[in-house]
Amino acid sequence: MAEKKKPDLERREIPKQPPEVRRHNFFEVALGYTEELAVAEARRCIQCKKPQCVPSCPVEIDIPGFIAHIATGDFQEGVRVLKSRNCLPAVCGRVCPQEEQCEKTCALKKLGGTVAIGRLERFLADWEAARGAPEMPAIQGPTGKKVAVVGGGPAGLTVAGDLIQLGYAVTIYEALHRMGGVLVYGIPEFRLPKAIVNREVQYLQRLGVKLVTDFVVGKTRTIDSLLEEYDAIFVGSGAGLPWFMEIPGENLNGVYSANEYLTRLNLMKGYRFPEYHTPIKVHKRVAVVGGGNVAMDCARSALRLGAESRIVYRRSREELPARLEEVENAEEEGVIFEFLTLPIRYEGDASGWVRRMVCQRMRLGEPDASGRRSPIPIAGDETVFEVDAVVCAIGNSPNPLIGSTTPGLTLGKKGNIMADEATGSTSRAKIWAGGDVVTGAATVILAMGAGRKAARAMHEYLCGS
Amino acid sequence: MYKVIASRMIVPNVHVLTVEAPDVVRDMQPGQFVIIRAEEEGERIPLSVSDWDADRGTVTLVFLNIGSTTHRLARLEEGSGIPTVVGPLGNPAEIGLYGTVLCLAGCYGIGSLFPIARALKARGNRIITVLEARSSFLFYWEERFRQLSDKLVHITRDGTKGYKGHVGRLPEVIKALAEPVHRVIVNGCTFLLKRGSDATRPLGIPTTVSLNPIMIDGTGMCGVCRVSVGGVTRFACVHGPDFDGHQVDWPELLQRRKTYMAEEVVPLRTSRCEEHSLHAEETR
Repeated sequence: MAEKKKPDLERREIPKQPPEVRRHNFFEVALGYTEELAVAEARRCIQCKKPQCVPSCPVEIDIPGFIAHIATGDFQEGVRVLKSRNCLPAVCGRVCPQEEQCEKTCALKKLGGTVAIGRLERFLADWEAARGAPEMPAIQGPTGKKVAVVGGGPAGLTVAGDLIQLGYAVTIYEALHRMGGVLVYGIPEFRLPKAIVNREVQYLQRLGVKLVTDFVVGKTRTIDSLLEEYDAIFVGSGAGLPWFMEIPGENLNGVYSANEYLTRLNLMKGYRFPEYHTPIKVHKRVAVVGGGNVAMDCARSALRLGAESRIVYRRSREELPARLEEVENAEEEGVIFEFLTLPIRYEGDASGWVRRMVCQRMRLGEPDASGRRSPIPIAGDETVFEVDAVVCAIGNSPNPLIGSTTPGLTLGKKGNIMADEATGSTSRAKIWAGGDVVTGAATVILAMGAGRKAARAMHEYLCGS
Repeated sequence: MYKVIASRMIVPNVHVLTVEAPDVVRDMQPGQFVIIRAEEEGERIPLSVSDWDADRGTVTLVFLNIGSTTHRLARLEEGSGIPTVVGPLGNPAEIGLYGTVLCLAGCYGIGSLFPIARALKARGNRIITVLEARSSFLFYWEERFRQLSDKLVHITRDGTKGYKGHVGRLPEVIKALAEPVHRVIVNGCTFLLKRGSDATRPLGIPTTVSLNPIMIDGTGMCGVCRVSVGGVTRFACVHGPDFDGHQVDWPELLQRRKTYMAEEVVPLRTSRCEEHSLHAEETR
């Protein structure tokens, strides 16, 4: 009988561009595991009989299953297991908050050696892509039913991927000129190369999904007009209405919403101006307001454009909502953090450009509704930063274009579409919804999870199984 | 690709472009706009819609050749294509029964005012059209406006047609009409919108302006088009583009429009060789 092995607790680090190099370029930060590193990391998985990682994945990937194939070097089979549950593994392996989901429940976590599930997922996806055309899944015979998907972001792409395989004719309507939603306009190249998103979108196209860009549902055509043609509709139009703080000076030149700043850079490729024609200013001192992943993306982008870059956040490091990995990346690259600091007004120069950011210093009080300690102003303690740009990254509401043009669709207080958590069904028959338009700004994988559930429910409704 | 059906310079630097975009014009209303990209690497810019034909599925845009994107649009030939035309965006113009409506426009605004004036006329309003330009040779679509207007007035900087001067003479124009004006609608550059609103404020005539700030997506996502109206920040793309001209914070809007003044012409200076290598790189 084999001796019971002591688990290997040495989590294999992922090679990265060194901070002093990557802070000057927009290439991807993490370079990915080599085959040797991936196999070594996969062998650390103890293959639990009742794996806890699987139920904590919003799309319930068979995690020990694909890891076992990596461990034996059968990457092709690993890809099959992975892609049977997740149609966007190259994306999820990069941007999922694994530390909050699958990796949080890893049996080795307590021993201090959590298996790097996300990095292994990414490895398989990249391995497959490097080999050329991906393997096509089996597609069921046509059902004769048509489904429209509103929004080409993670939720919509997932619904389309699932339903096309079940034999539906699926069309995705996207308002912008590229598919991908937040994956193309929001998340920067250095965290998620756009070539990867394009690859995933092309895969859906090869499966037969019809892609329509430049089409604003709610404006170009309403949901009800589409329902004359389609048997069911999924709305995944995202959280696309930026919040501002409504403080003096916010409309000065040089004050951006995170959406504008990131869209100029990512979707419009402003960092390659003038090859691409959408301008982005080269600023010297940029302050980013907020502490989430979007704020980190903005601050790290500003740094790469050559600015001194500063995060201004009203609570402390403990409460930052961003992923720890992204915070550490930002710190390594040289982003300055101003904690317990809240902007109260902006001051401009004679030509209307922002020049100073006046802030109130804060201290932490009792936990608030979010469970985090709430910031309290310290009377009389103000501080001023010289800036020539400010990016407001404090959140978004769901875009109102669909809610306001679809009679009978019940909306929540913040304009979000009310949808059943388990099925995505809404107050209107034949209309399902999921992702940020339902939950408010959340994560890529939660949107994909909602898409998966909705696809299942739509299939049950349309084919009465 | 959206096919270019017609493209020509109608007066110096002002171009009329007709593009095939059936989905865009299906439900088009007067006062709405589209966002276009002139080429694959191009920026997204908003253009007011000057006419459309829902049966033929075409939309007509009038624009001034002034910056990088409009320069590229101006070079388009019939039969070529552009990668993005999306719309209809923004709220339709309010087509009420006001009585006598004075429609004021200049430059590319002469084009975008046309469908609004036409709808207001059809609604039963008396239409007085006031067109402004530097010189008489810069007026276009005169016949269209003559047909729908009960009165057509011109203002030229050089005095070659109608009143000599600029929109500041609007109060005199209104006085000379010797009839009450119930509403003023202004289309054109931001400066004209401001001067028009300044002129009607003391007269107390409700004035609607069609704003044209910088935009990217045109659906409320980026917020670059924000404008203060009556002290409240609004997004011109989803709350507008029409606003009460007497409530708009004009200095702020004029300032915001200048944000990329310096960068605006830079892409015009890049060589085409660079663009070719870029295409090769992207498709690799």
